[in-house]
Amino acid sequence: MWALPVVLRQCLWIMAGKVKWVTDIEKSVLINNFEKRGWVQVTENEDWNFYWMSVQTIRNVFSVETGYRLSDDQIVNHFPNHYELTRKDLMVKNIKRYRKELEKEGSPLAEKDENGKYLYLDFVPVTYMLPADYNLFVEEFRKSPSSTWIMKPCGKAQGKGIFLINKLSQIKKWSRDSKTSSFVSQSNKEAYVISLYINNPLLIGGRKFDLRLYVLVSTYRPLRCYMYKLGFCRFCTVKYTPSTSELDNMFVHLTNVAIQKHGDDYNHIHGGKWMVSNLRLYLESTRGKEVTSKLFDEIHWIIVQSLKAVAPVMNNDKHCFECYGYDIIIDDKLKPWLIEVNASPSLTSSTANDRILKYNLINDTLNIVVPNGEIPDCKWNKSPPKEVLGNYEILYDEELAQGDGADRELRSRQGQSQGPRAGRSRDSGRTVLTTWK
Amino acid sequence: MLQEESDLSLIIAQIVQKLKGSNLYSQLERQAWASLQRPEIKLESLKEDIKEFFKISGWEKKLQNAVYSELSVFPLPSHPAAPPEHLKEPLVYMRKAQGSWEKRILKSLNSMCTELSIPLARKRPVGEQKELLNKWNEMGTDEPDLSLFRPVYAPKDFLEVLINLRNPNYENGDSLSFRTHLGLIQIPLKVKDIPELKECFVELGLNTGQLGIDDSTQVPPELFENEHVRIGQKVLAEQDSAAAQQYIRQGSPTALRAELWALILNISSEPEDVLYYEQLKTNVIQHDLLVDSLIYKDVKLTASNDDYYFVFEDYLYQVLLCFSRDTSVLSHFAYNSASPPKSYIRGKLGLEEYAVFYPPNGVIPFHGFSMYVAPLCFLYHEPSKLYQIFREMYVRFFFRLHSISSHPSGIVSLCLLFETLLQTYLPQLFYHLREIGAQPLRISFKWMVRAFSGYLATDQLLLLWDRILGYNSLEILAVLAAAVFAFRAVNLMEVTSLAAAEAVLADLSTLKVMPLLQIFLFATVT
Repeated sequence: MWALPVVLRQCLWIMAGKVKWVTDIEKSVLINNFEKRGWVQVTENEDWNFYWMSVQTIRNVFSVETGYRLSDDQIVNHFPNHYELTRKDLMVKNIKRYRKELEKEGSPLAEKDENGKYLYLDFVPVTYMLPADYNLFVEEFRKSPSSTWIMKPCGKAQGKGIFLINKLSQIKKWSRDSKTSSFVSQSNKEAYVISLYINNPLLIGGRKFDLRLYVLVSTYRPLRCYMYKLGFCRFCTVKYTPSTSELDNMFVHLTNVAIQKHGDDYNHIHGGKWMVSNLRLYLESTRGKEVTSKLFDEIHWIIVQSLKAVAPVMNNDKHCFECYGYDIIIDDKLKPWLIEVNASPSLTSSTANDRILKYNLINDTLNIVVPNGEIPDCKWNKSPPKEVLGNYEILYDEELAQGDGADRELRSRQGQSQGPRAGRSRDSGRTVLTTWK
Repeated sequence: MLQEESDLSLIIAQIVQKLKGSNLYSQLERQAWASLQRPEIKLESLKEDIKEFFKISGWEKKLQNAVYSELSVFPLPSHPAAPPEHLKEPLVYMRKAQGSWEKRILKSLNSMCTELSIPLARKRPVGEQKELLNKWNEMGTDEPDLSLFRPVYAPKDFLEVLINLRNPNYENGDSLSFRTHLGLIQIPLKVKDIPELKECFVELGLNTGQLGIDDSTQVPPELFENEHVRIGQKVLAEQDSAAAQQYIRQGSPTALRAELWALILNISSEPEDVLYYEQLKTNVIQHDLLVDSLIYKDVKLTASNDDYYFVFEDYLYQVLLCFSRDTSVLSHFAYNSASPPKSYIRGKLGLEEYAVFYPPNGVIPFHGFSMYVAPLCFLYHEPSKLYQIFREMYVRFFFRLHSISSHPSGIVSLCLLFETLLQTYLPQLFYHLREIGAQPLRISFKWMVRAFSGYLATDQLLLLWDRILGYNSLEILAVLAAAVFAFRAVNLMEVTSLAAAEAVLADLSTLKVMPLLQIFLFATVT
């Protein structure tokens, strides 16, 4: 067999019709999924159909100098300029731009209350870029000097480089008082965002937690996105206290598992993770059904709005799909806040349950983006049949929403959005937008 | 007729006696006095007017609930001349068995105490008291060295005791017949068969709507769920315990469950109750008990590792530590076959004046005890309310799961019910498992002792506990255990060892409780 010339071998492979995959992320939850489909592993220099790449690699693929054209039977797991959503500063910028646009159009969505706060689009904590908006930030800071702010480096993940401040002196070096020449722009690595810290998070069992939700986007225009039903809450191992003495204690404030893993009380059986269904049960039992449904509706809403905000600037390359990790915090008034969106949600498994969840996540994702597990054709309509969704449910389908309401009969149970639905009262003018109960 | 009448008046007299000492009585008295100011109360028709006032203001309902509560909890003696032990347990041999079991537990506790040279109780120094008070909300972060502590007993130890229980008056004869019971329990107690269970659990029938079945996503809510929720809200508005108990047989909507359970258990959070809880908390701060370490160990071994309950670890300490010090729990020993262990002040062994109950509430925790509290944390987040609900659940139901008695809801009856159901309705499976040395009770015992807490997903567990409250009986635990075996029968028929059988039944977290129960009771050919 090996004596045959390379070309002939490749022909045989093509005739076999098996999807050829490459990855530069060596994670078992990925590889096991590829292998179970009988796909064939190749290297990136060969003809591949499916490449699960890291964000560094996608930059190379689509870069002006080193990039290359993808053919119709090749798909990749990132959009070329995903950072419009996944970099903290760009996400905020895009959402601010989106809100202003809606306001200019006179859309009811951009309605504000008497304090000038957006009624429906205020879901990102007040954020400024540093050092660019330093002075604006200082103005805001002085309005409520006892507030706490969280500094996050734009380009890092897993909680690296994050710290909390409650005094201006702690961020002196981002001020622009040093008169440096205007060509010396700070490299991207130094750019930070500073956001108002949510110091009244909803606590359960006295502990702070955040939500990790997985959202699959198969196309931005028209927007088609799916939410994974099995998201989870990540709990801090230490009791939450807003006390200023604990500002340095990252175990109290940051919920990233990468950080919590090193705490004394980290448990390897449950990993500090709770299924979202538990959260729902707890909230319904202790707070009532209406407010819980409203909370979950709002969470779906802010995810869709964030995607709509970046849709116009996204390079909607037909070879691309992306599975995002959304981080959301709920405050004690049951209002959800979007903290950030991750382009490469961790595929490391911290517990046995985690491994199963991530394995199933990849499995369901592949079923949607590579229909029937066959060699893809990125010209397809990206409309998978309902049966392959697995644990995903349709979060928003722009095409369906623009349809004449044939899907309005779709039932919704317990606040789960399952697609477009009729008549949300505050959205009377806009039939194109999805509304749900 | 005459007998019934005199029974009734006896019952009434006893309940009146009990209620006279309660908080409700003084409240009613106060209300009656206050009502004299009202214009509608006339001197000529004082009695009727006050009664009318009570009816309108809802106080009559409260009284009704209290009476209903007494009827549910306190079993009434069948004969006025029956001695108090009969209320605890009418059968002598059972009482004796419980007595020896208790001796064993106490011996185990005392020897652990001596081995580790730790006193059963000691007063905390002031510094330690302050520290504990500061840490009250996060006792889970405390890492005392618990390696030397062992749980006083585990369910499997208790099972061995039950297996060896014998009625000295009962002679089985040597010959095996179809009547021979092939299970582990060899006590001739009367248990229900499926026709009787069907009658008893009639509301679980196929033609009655159920939460846990008829509220699934495929069923339109107009068919059952919406109406059921509406009725539930009405029941809560009426504040009627008896109606709530009837209603909850079909399951409770998640949003109404916390209130419904409180109504059925007749728990209202009065300021006195909160104060009482605070008093218990003070007791915990001031004194350290050996059982505290046992509680810590239990929580760390069970709930802290549980996917559903780890979040509430600190609440568990707050409830269980206070529970150990609550002497009001001692009153339930009047109808519990168990008796609280007695201990003597140092140096005064045997002198009754120096006897104390240890722990103060008379209940020694065993491995898994904290799992009785854990599911309740999903419903109540206010510590004193959580505490009250747990305490009431314990003195009404949970105590029966670890004391030896002939009561139909006692663990012995539940085991026998489980085995009988299996042997009668799944004989092939039962026989097969017995042959391979995997007596089914060895696997299901731990489920029943814990009322399935920690084995089922929480939402399913709560649906199950709804029915425990609704039927005021624990028999449903045995029925569910049998239904689980029936569900996994095909796989179980293929195993060839106890370990393999355990593996088939290791994970119950995906089971849906109500369909299993319904199919087993109402859709199996009997």
